[in-house]
Amino acid sequence: MPDATTSGGILLVLAIVLPVVGILLSLIAGGRQVERIALVVLPSNLIVASAIFADLWRSGRQLAYIVGDWQPPLGITLRADGLSAAMIVTTAVVICVIGVFAHADFDCRAEPFETRTSFVFWIMLMAIGCAMNLIFLGGDLFTLYVALELLTFAAVPLVCLDGRAETIQAALRYLLFALLGSILYLVGTALLYGSYATLDIALLSQRVRMETATLVAAVLMTVGLFAKTALFPLHLWLPPAHAGAPAAASAVLSAVVVKGSFFLVVRLWFGVMPGMLGFAGAQLVGVLGAGAILFGSIVALRQNRLKLLIAYSTVAQIGYLFLMFPLALDPVSETLHVNGALAGGMLLAMSHATAKAAMFMAAGLIYAALGHDRIAELGGAARALPMTVFAFAIGGVCLIGLPPSAGFLAKWLLLEEAIATGQWPWAMMLLVGGLFSGAYVFIVVSHALVSPQEPLKLRAAVPKYQEAAALTLALVSLLLGFVAFGPIDVLQVGPGAAMEVLQ
Amino acid sequence: MSDATLFGLCGAALAGLGLYGLVTHPEPLRKILAFNLLGSGVFLVFGFVSRRAATAGVPGDPVPQAMVITAIVVAFAATALAIALVLRLLEQTGRATLSSDDPASATGEKGNS
Repeated sequence: MPDATTSGGILLVLAIVLPVVGILLSLIAGGRQVERIALVVLPSNLIVASAIFADLWRSGRQLAYIVGDWQPPLGITLRADGLSAAMIVTTAVVICVIGVFAHADFDCRAEPFETRTSFVFWIMLMAIGCAMNLIFLGGDLFTLYVALELLTFAAVPLVCLDGRAETIQAALRYLLFALLGSILYLVGTALLYGSYATLDIALLSQRVRMETATLVAAVLMTVGLFAKTALFPLHLWLPPAHAGAPAAASAVLSAVVVKGSFFLVVRLWFGVMPGMLGFAGAQLVGVLGAGAILFGSIVALRQNRLKLLIAYSTVAQIGYLFLMFPLALDPVSETLHVNGALAGGMLLAMSHATAKAAMFMAAGLIYAALGHDRIAELGGAARALPMTVFAFAIGGVCLIGLPPSAGFLAKWLLLEEAIATGQWPWAMMLLVGGLFSGAYVFIVVSHALVSPQEPLKLRAAVPKYQEAAALTLALVSLLLGFVAFGPIDVLQVGPGAAMEVLQ
Repeated sequence: MSDATLFGLCGAALAGLGLYGLVTHPEPLRKILAFNLLGSGVFLVFGFVSRRAATAGVPGDPVPQAMVITAIVVAFAATALAIALVLRLLEQTGRATLSSDDPASATGEKGNS
C-alpha cells in the first residue's frame, strides 16, 4: 500500500522550511535583526507544531507528505505519527520559552555594535528547532542521518558560545563523540541499504529479516546513537559540555538536543525492527539505563557546583528513558510493541525536556544573581529569588516523579508494565532512581532555604520575565501529568499495524 | 576476487584503521584525521553497496552514490568545524590537547554562567 500525501501534509513541510527560511533571512539581515526574526520564527514553529498535533488528534491517523510526489523507495516521505507529534509540540514549547529567557542574555540591540555571540545563539536556536523537526518527521534513515548531523552542528557552537578554553575543549570532545556516533550510524544505513535496497522506515519494516548483516547494522547504529545521547558509559562528553555553556544554551542542549538521538533509537527499534531486539538485547539496554541512573545520580550527589549537578542529573535521567526497552518487550513473541511502557518512556522524555530546561534556567539565574553556583553557599537564595528557587524545586518534583507531574504519570505507566510482565528488578530501579533524584534536589533546595548569617548581596538584579520563563516551563512539566485525562492516546497513533495491537 | 569485494575489503581496512586512531590517539588533530580515514572507509563501503545492488543494464545503483556525496559534504563540514575549534583552542592556550588537567589551571578557576 503506497503512502499518499494527507490533507495536513503541507504542515510537515512548513515545520522544516520555516526555521530554514528564518536562518537564511538572518544571514542576509545581519546580527541586529536576528533576534526579531527568531521571535517571529519560533512562535510560528509552535503554531505549526500545534496544528500538526491537533490534526493528528482529531483524525486519529498519521500525517504524511511525499516530497515531490516521488514514491519511496526512490523518494522521501515525511511522516508524523503520535510520537512525533507529541515530541514536536514539546520541543517547540521548550525552544519558544528558552527564546524568551534568552532575550536578556543575547539581546542584539542592547549593544551599540553587532555581537557574534548573540548572532550565533539565535541562528543555532532556530537550527536546532529545524533539525529536531526533521528528526521527528523524517521517514527514511538517511534523511534522519542528515538531520542528526544538522543537530550536532547546531549544538556544538552553543557549547562554546563564550569562547573560554574549557568550553572549547568540551565542544571539541562533544564533536568527536558525535562524529564517531554518526559515522557508526552511517555504516548501519549502508548495510541496511545493501540488504534491502531501501531506507524508508515503513518499507524497511516490512522487508527486514533476521540475518547477520541486519543485526550488525542495528548494533552499529544503536551504539552510535547511544554515543550521541550520552547513555552510560558513553556519557563522558556531556557534563562539561552542558555545564559550561551559558544558561539558555545549557537548557536547550540538555532538554532538547539529547532527545533527538534518543528518538532515533526509538524509531529504529520500535519502527524498523521491533522483532530483532530480543530478550537479551532489551535486558542489555535496560542494564545500561540502570547503570546510567546509578552512576549519574551518585556523581550528581557528590557535585558542589549547581550546574554540574544538573548536568549529571541529565546523565541519570537519560538512563531512565532506556528502561522502557525491557518493559515494552512482549515476553511471548519477543517483539517490542507499542504499549504503556512506550507511552511512559516518551512522556518521561517530554517531562524531562520541560523540567530540565526550567532547572538549567533557574541555575543560570542563581549564578547571575549570586555570582557563583556553589551549592554549599546558596543560603538566602530562596529569599532573594523566590520564583527561581520555586521553579527549580518544581522541576525537581517532576524529576522525582511526584503527582501530579508528568514524571509521576510516566513512572506509573512504566511501573504498571513492569508489574504486569513480572519484571521486578526494573520496578525497583525506577523507584531507587526516584529516591536518588529526591536526594539531589533536596540538597540544593535545603541549602537555598537556609538563612545566611549576613544579608545576601545580589551581584545583579535578575529580570522578572526570566524568572517567569523558568517557572512557566516547570509548571508545564508539572501540569503535563494531566494529559492522562486527554491526549495521551495520541502517543499511540501509529502506522496501521501498531493501532491494531492496541485494540 | 571481484572489484566489488576488493572495494569492500579496502573500505573495511580503512574504517578499522580510522577507528583505531580515533580511539587511541590523544591529540585532536590526529583524531580528526582518523575520523576522515574512518569516513573514507565507510564511503568505500557505500561504493561496494552501490555495485552490489546493480541490476541488468545499469553498472551501479545511483542511490547509494547520491547518499555518499551527501555524506562526504557532511564529513567535510564536520572536519572544518573541528579544525576551527582546534585552532581556537591553540590560540587561547598555546596547545591543542583534550586532556582536561591544564587549561583550567592556566586560565584560573573561572565560573560558568
